[in-house]
Amino acid sequence: MHDFTRRALLQGGTALAATGALTGPALFEFAKAWAQESPWKPEAGAKLTVMRWKRFVPAEDEAFNAIVAAFKTATGVEMNVFSESFEDVQPKASVAANTGSGLDLAWGLHTLPQLFPTKVLKMNDVADYLGKKYGGWTDAAAKTCKLGNDWLGIPVATNGGYMTYRKSATDKAGFKEFPKDFPSFLEMCKALKANNTPAGFALGHASGDANGWLHWLLWGHGAYTVDQNDKVIINSPETAKALEYCKALSETFIPGTPSWNDSSNNKAYLAGELYCTLNGISIYVAAKTDPTKKELTADTYHALHPVGPVGKPTELQLAVPILAFNFTKYPNAAKAFVAFMLEKENFDKWLDGAQGYLTQTLNAYENAPVWSADPKNAVFAQASKRTLPASGIGTPGEKAATAIADFIVVDMFANYCTGSKDAKGAMAEAERQLKRIYR
Amino acid sequence: MADIAVAPRAKPQFREASAWDQLKHNRNWLGLWFMLPAMGFLIFFLAYPLGLGIWLSFTDTRIGRVGHFVATENYEWLWDDAIFWLSVFNTLLYTFLASAIKFAIGLYLALLLNENMPFKAMLRAMVLIPFIVPTVLSALAFWWIFDSQFSIISWSLKHLGLISQNINFLGDTTWARICVIFANIWRGVPFVAITLLAGLQTVSPSLYEAATLDGATRWQNFRYITYPLLTPIIAVVMTFSVLFTFTDFQLIWAMTRGGPVNATHLMATLSYQRAIIAGQLGEGAAISSAMIPFLLAAIMVSWFGLQRRKWQQGESND
Repeated sequence: MHDFTRRALLQGGTALAATGALTGPALFEFAKAWAQESPWKPEAGAKLTVMRWKRFVPAEDEAFNAIVAAFKTATGVEMNVFSESFEDVQPKASVAANTGSGLDLAWGLHTLPQLFPTKVLKMNDVADYLGKKYGGWTDAAAKTCKLGNDWLGIPVATNGGYMTYRKSATDKAGFKEFPKDFPSFLEMCKALKANNTPAGFALGHASGDANGWLHWLLWGHGAYTVDQNDKVIINSPETAKALEYCKALSETFIPGTPSWNDSSNNKAYLAGELYCTLNGISIYVAAKTDPTKKELTADTYHALHPVGPVGKPTELQLAVPILAFNFTKYPNAAKAFVAFMLEKENFDKWLDGAQGYLTQTLNAYENAPVWSADPKNAVFAQASKRTLPASGIGTPGEKAATAIADFIVVDMFANYCTGSKDAKGAMAEAERQLKRIYR
Repeated sequence: MADIAVAPRAKPQFREASAWDQLKHNRNWLGLWFMLPAMGFLIFFLAYPLGLGIWLSFTDTRIGRVGHFVATENYEWLWDDAIFWLSVFNTLLYTFLASAIKFAIGLYLALLLNENMPFKAMLRAMVLIPFIVPTVLSALAFWWIFDSQFSIISWSLKHLGLISQNINFLGDTTWARICVIFANIWRGVPFVAITLLAGLQTVSPSLYEAATLDGATRWQNFRYITYPLLTPIIAVVMTFSVLFTFTDFQLIWAMTRGGPVNATHLMATLSYQRAIIAGQLGEGAAISSAMIPFLLAAIMVSWFGLQRRKWQQGESND
């Protein structure tokens, strides 16, 4: 029988707590102790309905379910958790926000809380508590969830997307190291195509992948949708350069990328038809867990995004913030659950379960065991620090979130790369739509 | 004779019928009472959402926030929006081609299944298969069939040596349009075929016997007996077919999400993207409301087409 005292557990005094890897009874003991000390006392008879994005890594889901079970047992709060695909979380959260019922908490992506700032429960106290305890929040994470001085949600994690490639193919293409700048990256993709081992990046309505890599290209050329004052500046020589570069790059791709959604590159890579793409770690995790893909697993590596002419990282990584609605009958229970999720004893285990798919937004978790467990995971540890917020240099908020959700940048690049529009036409269309949103 | 005092008979107590009595017993009012539940149902579930949608289209409502009246601003914006007009073009193309082909195949199947043939019952049941598969499931199946990398069609043609590279079904604008129209036809043919078959079964065989005795050919049987008698049901079936096709959402959303480069965005999918995904409810409602004139036109064509057929009331056609 485990004999943990409350104080010992909270101070990380046991070996298990020190590794942050509480499991089974230890996790329940910790949860009980935490509930007694927690600044948020759940309301009597509290019942929380939580919607989250559907897991891509099964072990992450198991870790999350363990946290839910421990919280439920320790606090008596009844929990109803259900999952929706990435694309469906936001519409369903929007319906809940509009009707004022149905959900207490929603865990989605990008700047979800900024879409309906008047409908969310302010999480200032939770953010303050966690930030002070765990070394502060990363810059992009805070910007993603803050409106002025208010926290509209809590940035639970970042789903990092990085270059996933077959080392044998890039070696054969003449690149012993993955390219670090745009010109050499283009040269590598050309060589990959020449060797019949092509790269491919989504140009379809893929919320995560297409928005991710195309914003990186745009920002890498010094172009942005809006400036610091939210003035639309997409129609610029920098954007034109980004379009030209993207077109040259797209000519090296495997056919079909304009139709790709978020799962297409996973399928093509795992089938051995794609040799370089931008994705979360899910491709590697899926290969690792498939005994028939040992060779592919050994040959798969990850790399940071090459840096564009601006000379600094310009990544758009997928934030996954959680929010509580202000019409919840149980605000204390909701806050307690969110705070509990991010406690070290839970979060380390959760990151471990995600195997690199989730990246911490609290600085203290930088050295979580998952990042050193497999050297191929390490790149993903940097996602929250390197990313810009979804608004780029503009103000994060519902306008930026709308622009991302409406695929304005994605369609601009796709229009030009597929020949549907010339550069001027593609930029003009994006400019017009952005001016409408930022009016 | 003693006078008999006759006590004056008590006058019967007549009460003026109250308004309530009239409302209870008047046949005309009673009819209204019986109609009220149906009217309430129609107003609450049909007219109110439609009215609300139209109202929203004149506001700048966003998800979770009450909007302000902006008059026709949403429509003015859409008037100059190339993506909106592309979606209108796609919707009309999709509706026209899919409906016409569904009608042709459906009529052919109905005529075929109306004949005496072996395994008739089984064949009729098989025709219904596409209709009983949930739309999203069939859309996912088509998504796989037309996948740019894993299409079974490309795979087969490659192995037969007929092509050297995969066909870019959903990644090419023309091919993508063809694929979604094909999927819609596959899905919609059973509705047309079975409904027309039901219509065919109401045609009296004695008409064909009489015509055959008069020396009519099979074509003349169809042209002068089958077609005229089937016309009312064709009008109803095609009205519904056009309405369902025009407002299709699931097939497109599951297969292409409106891509590539908006080449398969229908008005319904664009409305969903703008209203629900991007949160601009007012603009999305305006796109939806812009569908109403097209839908009304489709209904009117059918309605007036049927009205003109006076023979239905025992008169000859105009």
